[in-house]
Amino acid sequence: MIETPDKINRGDLGRRLMMGAKGKRMRMIGSRIGHSALVLAASSSLLALLFIFYFIIRDAVPFFSLEGVGEFFTSTRWYPSRDEAEFGALAIFIGSGLVTLGAVVFSVPMGVFASLCLSDILPFSLRQVVKPVIEMLAAIPSVVYGFFALVVLAPMLQEKGGSLLAVGAMLVLVPLTIILIVVVSDLTSNLFAENIRKIMRIMTAAIAAAISFFIVLKVYHFMNGLEVSSGTNALNASVMLGIMALPMIVSISEDALNAVGRDLREGSYALGATRAETLVKVVVPAAKSGIVAAVILGVMRAIGETMVVWMASGNASRIPQPWFNLLQPVRTLTATIAGDMGEADHVTGSSRYHVLFVMALCLLVIAFISNLVSELIVRRARKNGR
Amino acid sequence: MRSFFRMIAAFSVALVIVAGLATANVQAEERIVIDGSTTVGPIAKAFAEYYMSLHKDVNVTVSESGSGNGAKSLINGMCDIADMSRFMKLKEFAAAVDKGRMPVAHVVAVDGLPIIVHPSNPVKGLAVEQVRDIYMGRINNWKEVGGPDVTIVRISRDTNSGTYESFAKLVMKKKKIHENTEYVGSNGAVRQRVQSTPAAIGYAGLGFVDRSVKALAIDGIMPDHNTVSSGVYPIARPLYMFTNRYPKLGTHLHAFVTLYLSPRGQEIIEEIGFIPVTKY
Repeated sequence: MIETPDKINRGDLGRRLMMGAKGKRMRMIGSRIGHSALVLAASSSLLALLFIFYFIIRDAVPFFSLEGVGEFFTSTRWYPSRDEAEFGALAIFIGSGLVTLGAVVFSVPMGVFASLCLSDILPFSLRQVVKPVIEMLAAIPSVVYGFFALVVLAPMLQEKGGSLLAVGAMLVLVPLTIILIVVVSDLTSNLFAENIRKIMRIMTAAIAAAISFFIVLKVYHFMNGLEVSSGTNALNASVMLGIMALPMIVSISEDALNAVGRDLREGSYALGATRAETLVKVVVPAAKSGIVAAVILGVMRAIGETMVVWMASGNASRIPQPWFNLLQPVRTLTATIAGDMGEADHVTGSSRYHVLFVMALCLLVIAFISNLVSELIVRRARKNGR
Repeated sequence: MRSFFRMIAAFSVALVIVAGLATANVQAEERIVIDGSTTVGPIAKAFAEYYMSLHKDVNVTVSESGSGNGAKSLINGMCDIADMSRFMKLKEFAAAVDKGRMPVAHVVAVDGLPIIVHPSNPVKGLAVEQVRDIYMGRINNWKEVGGPDVTIVRISRDTNSGTYESFAKLVMKKKKIHENTEYVGSNGAVRQRVQSTPAAIGYAGLGFVDRSVKALAIDGIMPDHNTVSSGVYPIARPLYMFTNRYPKLGTHLHAFVTLYLSPRGQEIIEEIGFIPVTKY
């Protein structure tokens, strides 16, 4: 069948393919408007960031001229509400760091192992179910986590204390050591001659198992003997923050592991590598940058979280004794800003008002740097042609 | 093009209707905005409920953001009544006067600050000095005041609250609270922490103390209705509502802030667990 010229001209879009002068002009104006609207939308978020930086710095600087720099970073005495106020935030910085460190120790191994399991161990159909369920953790509002920490976890820590800690440590340590034993025996088996390989493999596994069983038992007894005097402490906050950071770490590092691709894995298997060797020596190094970025994002989530630490950490402005003792209450930067905001005003003493902006600035700088670092890592990995 | 104009026309008609409704609403209702202390908040809320049931055309909103924030709102003209569990500070007063506002205090009730411990704690009473020593960190174990051999867990309200300021003034007498003290954000949270922590000590408004925690006798006096209102219990304080000048007589605002003087107002205050200033 022969089509009429008119139909060809109109094309599928129902308009002429050739435009007149007027149409062209209209079209150009339209594209300009669309263009500038998009630029405006993009730049407004940038502007918001600049504004935030500007206003925070503007209100942070007066603090240093009022109180000096030394006390804030070196003293641990935080008494902002007294007549002769003291603004030593060192304990608060350490508190923030400690809680974040705890969250990292809790969530990073678990998150990375979980993502490995999701990407390489579990069958596809199961993964389609498990991953969304883990990501659902991110949808729970932080105040709900905080409420849980205050009403359920804190009393539980106090009553069951040591035994709960011991069980928790076992839950983390036992799978970890089993994985470790398998991997170690797998990797060392190559060192031996062919004829004794099988026996040596069992031997190394047995030796590793014996050593780790001894260590785990020691840890269990140590944990069991601990007394928790107050359930709202750094550990409580760390565990909650760790759970909150998990979905981000799992989701992003699983994406990175998936992006490694089937060809690399199959190449590794084709060269005779076992699954453990493939995972440890091929897949994880290839996805390293993605995993690091995931960890940094998870850490940032933990540093910036406010409601949970305000409710779960106890808010005592003091460096725990010894410093790594997670069972003592700590105070964090975010919780201090939230907690001291109400009374702090130009009216009731301006140092007390400006010091909160200094803290906000410190948080912003930390977030900025870690964002930059993760961006750099990802970019470098891309350049190296992953 | 025509449909475009029609859309604009329809939109503007809708806008006019909405605006009309909105202004009509504003004219029909008088609003009383209240902000401030979480301790006084329950009184203000109960008053608001009662007052709105009497006057359908009045809308009372109550926020609880702490005494300091209440004062701030009143100074900035953001609220009609500032609930405060402490008196206004000199600086706040000066700031209000600078802005042409004259804060007037109405003492609506008296509150005791019971010192509370876990019900299982055998300690029955303490002297004010002992409470101070505990919070200063001079006494660190319950055994030193006749209790079991466990480390004391100190719990305090956050420095934002009027309750904290009252405690600092009435008990601490300008001494520093020890740095190993946990801070929590509300009276309810203090009770929650104390009832779930056997070694804890805390303080909260009288209205928040129930059977789940144990109030201590201070200097031999239990906090109750009589001892607090007569001033025998040592840790007691008045609760305030601040207005900008004395409200004009006959206004809803005036009726609201004088509600505490009525028999029903007194009943409400007693029901919530505070001590009224009037006795009928």
